[in-house]
Amino acid sequence: MKNFFKPFLILMIFLSYSFSSTAAEQSQKLLEPGWSFKGFFGKFDRAQLQRGYQVYTEVCAACHSMKYLSYRNLSQPGGPEFSEQQVKIIASQFEVTDGPNSDGEMFTRPGRLSDKFVGPYPNEQAATAANGGAYPPDMSVLVKARKGGADYIYSVLMGYEDPPSGIILDDGVYYNKYMPGNKIKMSQPLMSGSVEYIDGTVSSEEQMSKDVVAFLAWAAEPHLEARHKIGFRAIIYLLIITVLVYFSMKKLWSRIETKV
Amino acid sequence: MSDHEYTPKSKLGKWFNDRLPLLTLSNHLQEYPTPKNLNYWWTFGGILTFCLITQIVTGLILAMHYVASADLAFGSVEHIMRDVNYGWLMRYVHANGASMFFLAVYIHIFRSLYYGSYKSPREVIWIIGMIIYFLMMATAFMGYVLPWGQMSFWGATVITNLFSAIPFVGESVTNWLWGGYAVDNPTLTRFYSLHYLFPFLIFGLVILHIWALHVPGNNNPIGIDLKKPSKDTVPFHPYIVIKDLFALLIFLIVFAFFVFYSPNILGHADNYIEANPLVTPAHIVPEWYLLPFYAILRSIPDKLFGVIAMFAAIFVLVILPWLDTSKVRSAIFRPLYKQFYWFLVADVLILGYVGAMPAEGLYLLVARVATAYYFLHFLVILPILGAKEKTLDVPLSLTEPILGGSPKEAMIKKNKEI
Repeated sequence: MKNFFKPFLILMIFLSYSFSSTAAEQSQKLLEPGWSFKGFFGKFDRAQLQRGYQVYTEVCAACHSMKYLSYRNLSQPGGPEFSEQQVKIIASQFEVTDGPNSDGEMFTRPGRLSDKFVGPYPNEQAATAANGGAYPPDMSVLVKARKGGADYIYSVLMGYEDPPSGIILDDGVYYNKYMPGNKIKMSQPLMSGSVEYIDGTVSSEEQMSKDVVAFLAWAAEPHLEARHKIGFRAIIYLLIITVLVYFSMKKLWSRIETKV
Repeated sequence: MSDHEYTPKSKLGKWFNDRLPLLTLSNHLQEYPTPKNLNYWWTFGGILTFCLITQIVTGLILAMHYVASADLAFGSVEHIMRDVNYGWLMRYVHANGASMFFLAVYIHIFRSLYYGSYKSPREVIWIIGMIIYFLMMATAFMGYVLPWGQMSFWGATVITNLFSAIPFVGESVTNWLWGGYAVDNPTLTRFYSLHYLFPFLIFGLVILHIWALHVPGNNNPIGIDLKKPSKDTVPFHPYIVIKDLFALLIFLIVFAFFVFYSPNILGHADNYIEANPLVTPAHIVPEWYLLPFYAILRSIPDKLFGVIAMFAAIFVLVILPWLDTSKVRSAIFRPLYKQFYWFLVADVLILGYVGAMPAEGLYLLVARVATAYYFLHFLVILPILGAKEKTLDVPLSLTEPILGGSPKEAMIKKNKEI
């Protein structure tokens, strides 16, 4: 076994090296509120995702699209798991442009399960123009598109402050502790009470930020629960078969004088 | 290649084998005499074959759902991640599989460097290996462009711009590569086409690589020529097969951790932002496995010479069998070479590290020193060592008494038995 551990050790050193070379330094230490979906058995908290969806749809969706999600995703396993009936109602509240019909006309109809999330603006230019020249990014994969992921988005939501003396901000620019460059064009979106939770949870700023970031994390990685579950089984399986193969190998090689 | 002529037992088998000797080939692969003292560094050849097949199979499935179009590519990747059954698994295995492939190939190459596996009579194996390595880098680079995220786009822009450094025809060559005047849809579609083609070229070269290996047979940690078959060798099946399988399973456990528990850690967050020609990311960084070459490229202030240095860094590896003139293969018997070997390993790791950092200040200085040392190692140190180094005595065979190597009790005992 000795001659086996040395390669393995060096492999590990190499891996940790490749980690450290890709993970560059972070200027401001991010807030880490702790997420239920992190770790080996990490799972989403259904109630939290449902609250997060409420925050998204009542606050964020005013400016941010989520174009890669469909309404049906809201009822799929591993997500907020609204009932299909609830999702049908949610979808029907949105107006979807469809067509052309047999007369060649576009028409609107209530949303269905199979429709993608309806965005707030017809196109990117309209979104940019309506937000003072800053395009509100699509939120479908936002958590994966930012270094620091969920912690980073949470930190930005919680990071609004009065600018330190000496920093003068233009109109429509806000000071944020965690934003690179400390300037952000989005005004503080969540203040306590912005949303009245259906389930009666007190809507403090922390609570809403946490809920909506959990929802965004699910939106970016809708199969995370399946991934964790399959991964755990795969690794257990691999460990068992590795042990079996190890002993088979020892048995086979016992016929050979190997000490050279 | 095998010493005895193989005849299939069944009549049908004999009939078939006389017309196409597949059974002879299969018999050769099973009987293939392999040094019995191979350590676990030798298992990466099998692991690499596994990696290649994994990449081809997962890639095939991804290609069924991916759309190579500047407008649709990013969305089609999200479609794979969300709507295709186990599409997320296929894509994460493919993306992390590329990193695992390179991890294994670097170990494979550095094993070769340590034990002198590139030396006569194995130069052709080594050169084919280097061509495979070069094609792997090209394939991985083009594959990284396909999701059409910000790093895809800007990585493609930076790398294809290198060709504009060629005197006189640089600009035409670059435009020809792009299929236009900037990285755009035509670039994406041709990269997709080539990304699909190259793995099969690699596959063909792998067959040649193994064929060329089976002519002289494996090198081994002692680095001496062995009599084959003899007491020093074991048949490939089952001895090496099971050992390779065991190592592969360990490798798969590491692989699985990446795929299932941190699938995006080796990638770059910016690549989840759709490509935008109007917004340049703060740092344009290639994937980790290309970083040492990126560092060499950036350490030279002149663009053309930077490109030349980068390609030269690979080319010195190709001609390595003639740069290292020492007759002794294994570093075990080369006390000085052994030290310089580890300096080289450290040097390449340093190059990789500074490749990920901005090219300024101390990082740039370190990158320049490390680049200079890289070439110094191959072009100066190795030829001098070949002439001057006093090597230790090399044993004649694995079972023969050791003259000056590492006498081990078990071997002496075995000798007495004989």
